[in-house]
Amino acid sequence: MIVLDADISVKVHKAVQDAIQKYGASDDELIPILIHINHDLGYLPSQALEELSVIFKKPKSKIFSVASFYGMLSTTPVGRHVIRFCESAPCHVVGGRVVFQALIDVLKINPGETSKDGKWTLLTTSCLGICAVGPAFIVDDDIYGNVAPAQVQTILARYE
Amino acid sequence: MKTARSMVLVSADPESIRRGSEKIYSTFQEELSQLGLQDEISLSWLSDSGRHNALPMVVIYPEAVIYGPITPEDVPYIVEEHLNKGRIASSLVAPIHELSGRIAWLSSRKGTLPAEKRIVLERAGIINPEDVQDYILHNGYKALGKVLITMNPLDVLNEVDASGLKGRGGAGFPTGQKWRFVSKATSNKKYVICNADESEPGTFKDRLVLEGDPHSIIEAMAIAGYAVGADEGYIYIRGEYALAQERMRLAISQAQELGLLGDNIFNSGFNFNIHVHSGAGAYICGEETALIESIEGKRGEPRSRPPYPTTNGLWKKPTLVNNVETLANIPAIIRKGASWYRSIGTPKSPGTKVYTILGNVNATGLIEVQMGITLREVITIYAHGMKGNSTFKLAQTGGSSGSIIPASLQDTPMDFESFNKAGVALGSGALLICNEDTCIVDLCKVLVNFFKNESCGKCNPCRIGNDRAYQILSNIAEGVGTMQDMKDLESIEMYLYQMSNCGLGQTAGTPIKDTLSHFRAEVEAHIKLKICPTGVCRMSGHKVN
Repeated sequence: MIVLDADISVKVHKAVQDAIQKYGASDDELIPILIHINHDLGYLPSQALEELSVIFKKPKSKIFSVASFYGMLSTTPVGRHVIRFCESAPCHVVGGRVVFQALIDVLKINPGETSKDGKWTLLTTSCLGICAVGPAFIVDDDIYGNVAPAQVQTILARYE
Repeated sequence: MKTARSMVLVSADPESIRRGSEKIYSTFQEELSQLGLQDEISLSWLSDSGRHNALPMVVIYPEAVIYGPITPEDVPYIVEEHLNKGRIASSLVAPIHELSGRIAWLSSRKGTLPAEKRIVLERAGIINPEDVQDYILHNGYKALGKVLITMNPLDVLNEVDASGLKGRGGAGFPTGQKWRFVSKATSNKKYVICNADESEPGTFKDRLVLEGDPHSIIEAMAIAGYAVGADEGYIYIRGEYALAQERMRLAISQAQELGLLGDNIFNSGFNFNIHVHSGAGAYICGEETALIESIEGKRGEPRSRPPYPTTNGLWKKPTLVNNVETLANIPAIIRKGASWYRSIGTPKSPGTKVYTILGNVNATGLIEVQMGITLREVITIYAHGMKGNSTFKLAQTGGSSGSIIPASLQDTPMDFESFNKAGVALGSGALLICNEDTCIVDLCKVLVNFFKNESCGKCNPCRIGNDRAYQILSNIAEGVGTMQDMKDLESIEMYLYQMSNCGLGQTAGTPIKDTLSHFRAEVEAHIKLKICPTGVCRMSGHKVN
């Protein structure tokens, strides 16, 4: 087991307990539980998966295989803010490419990377279902549509 | 419900909320109570209207005037002019070219724009989605009452069968037949699942139903449960649709309170309960067996079929899986009868289809029209033509099950039969309309990239084939493609189709196939002449892999 800082370990434990409390430990609630913990902590630390494997009486590999499958779950730490840029065709043909380039230029990181100060993680995602307002991206839980390259700087400035 | 002389609806889709529609709503509240009008004028939320060019917007009935885009500062003026003095505040009325979709449908009453035919989205945008009473006032739960009191399960099956309804998830399987399979399966426990994992690129029709008319899905699922003998249902909503999940949960709790869900509904002895299950970001979970695996708390990898979910579904029990749009047709079919439904659309594809219009057109958004409309009609009438008078080059019908339609096929009626004959697939109803600035190689690359990312990785043809196809297309886009690459693409497409385990892999080659059959010359220009005719591709001359 990876030993984490005591504070963090308490926080992870609490997140797991909260999720179990809310959903109950039945198989059909595993994914909602993982979403909940991921939302609380930003990602799914190894300790959380280990605790879940005890609670669900399943090998940790099974829990990990689920956690690593879904796009909204992360098994590695991410920045304080996560940007998910839609790279599907409807956003692409209405100018998504230049907006994405603007994001890369402003953030100075490549897709999949986290900035050195730990503030930003830039990810690409498949269609978000807001295609009528493409190009679109999400910062944490906020949706931005009809984005022009020039707006990128202003949007990102809203985040601490 | 109280009657009011006027009704004010404030748009509450995610985009409007981001642009401050909550502040608009609260300003209306303040202004109305200041003038003492709060009892005469009802104020409520308007769900996603389908078109997003004039957000946030406010619709005022009975005049059906649409104001938008507006800011909280405009509210006092609208209240004073329209609601107090009774004059339309014409300076804030949304310009006509920004009015379309649901709003076009509203305006069509005045004969300004062509009418849509709304069944699935009949109530979305008209009723307050968070108020069950509003749904009931608009014929809600009538169909469920009719079914439980006057019909036996076999009658319901016959009615759905007779309506000729086909699954709207993309494959077009007859709904009545599917219901019959589940009905015939013997088991002490059966399930009904509503597939709301809408992840096809360019599709958001289901989101509008879920956000705008959540009770219609509850009603339809209960009817389906009664018909096939199930007492438990799941709605699998993709994780990205937070608002839809929230509204659905609220609707379920309202229905439970009123006894429209739960035990012994309408004293008929029929029990039915529904759970909302959130997805976590995986396109493949829209495939029904992968969706079932995901509900069971596993990786969303499709099962081998047969056995089909109709006999071995969730927890190995017979399970009915229907798409949101399919289910949304059910209450209307029950209420008005199969022959009414048959009178709409084409003889072999009755009913309506919801299309999302996207890309290089003047008005993007969502329309619901009769089956059998042509692409040309959609572009000229509903999309208000190509943007900046550009030329229509191709339309992509969205996601895995769709095709690339060249301009030469734009007069083919869009229904399941005509499309099958023309060798194209209707898919989920997304119409990505592209002009002459779109490079086919670039577009194909983006589409294949989608499958490369979303392949679950379970079977080799799909996992490796899509990855390899993406490499080849990238090379062509960099100007280092060879003629052999085209042959390789053709064989990858064939193997994907023949050897993949599920629908995702089998249809993943469609963009490649369509690109090579309709736009071969353009691809060859990239390879032989090292030129991208539209100037989109980088053509750097560097190999990517």
